[in-house]
Amino acid sequence: MEIRDLKLDGNAIGGLMLELVGSDMTTTDCVCGGCGAHEEMARLDVYVGAGIVVRCPHCEAVMIRIVQSRERTWLDLSGTASLELTP
Amino acid sequence: MAAEVAAVRQETPKVRTLELAAPDWPGHRAGQHLDVRLTAEDGYQAQRSYSIASAPGEELALTVERLDDGEVSPYLVDEAREGDMLEVRGPIGGYFVWDGDEPEPVLLVAGGSGVVPLMAMARHRARTRATAPMRLLLSSRTLEDVIYREELDRLAAAGDGFAVVHTLTREQPRDWTGYSRRIDRDLLAEVAWPPSESPRVYVCGSTRFVDAAADGLLELGYEAESIRTERFGATGS
Repeated sequence: MEIRDLKLDGNAIGGLMLELVGSDMTTTDCVCGGCGAHEEMARLDVYVGAGIVVRCPHCEAVMIRIVQSRERTWLDLSGTASLELTP
Repeated sequence: MAAEVAAVRQETPKVRTLELAAPDWPGHRAGQHLDVRLTAEDGYQAQRSYSIASAPGEELALTVERLDDGEVSPYLVDEAREGDMLEVRGPIGGYFVWDGDEPEPVLLVAGGSGVVPLMAMARHRARTRATAPMRLLLSSRTLEDVIYREELDRLAAAGDGFAVVHTLTREQPRDWTGYSRRIDRDLLAEVAWPPSESPRVYVCGSTRFVDAAADGLLELGYEAESIRTERFGATGS
């Protein structure tokens, strides 16, 4: 297995984000903190390993990191300029 | 929420459909998925996403492929039986969906069990008598591995604008007249609508498959924004 085989997309974390945020974020407009590109979350690159790393499909900057244990979830959004949630 | 396995149906040697009775299920759109969570006696939890195979308005159904090193799929494919209870969450997804009221032609491209959410779209089209023409290009390893083969043949035989094109990448029957190679630009060129018709495109499969199909469509002149993709892998959220 190569690293590219681990690449999924934002659809794969739809259920997790629903649990964390309370709404379906697959169509949420996400702005990359690195290059400023806008993409729906479903179109972001997602790598799932011990944690989850979400990268911009344009500049590959890390936008979101998620690490979960049984007791808690750690969510790092420092690479995301903004998220636009719609009802 | 709780869902009870109402029926199981073997689709191929490695793939099974589970019909679920979920009284609290709010309904879904064609193309959406849900999460299944299994909890072991010691509290360990494993959770995976599975595409919904049934059309909106039909009984909830999942079609699951067994991944031999998987944590959840071997149970769903080999062991779950009528009456078993599952914990599910969903529906999930507003991106990889087709509601059937759009007039543009629809191109569906699937690798293996990537056909599952696209089957929900084909079933939805048939149920609602939607008029948008729809073509499915389905890549499978062998004829035995083609999921929903008889139903797809039936849908195509209805002559109402649904067509299915198969390619078998590993092994073909002696009298096989379909395609027998991996999806590439030339194969897509023979099947896909011209980009000028503004088709809606849905591609689902492994990451390698999705990347190959999307690259081929881009070479044919499709806009990246017009190609909706969903990748699945051995790992899930």
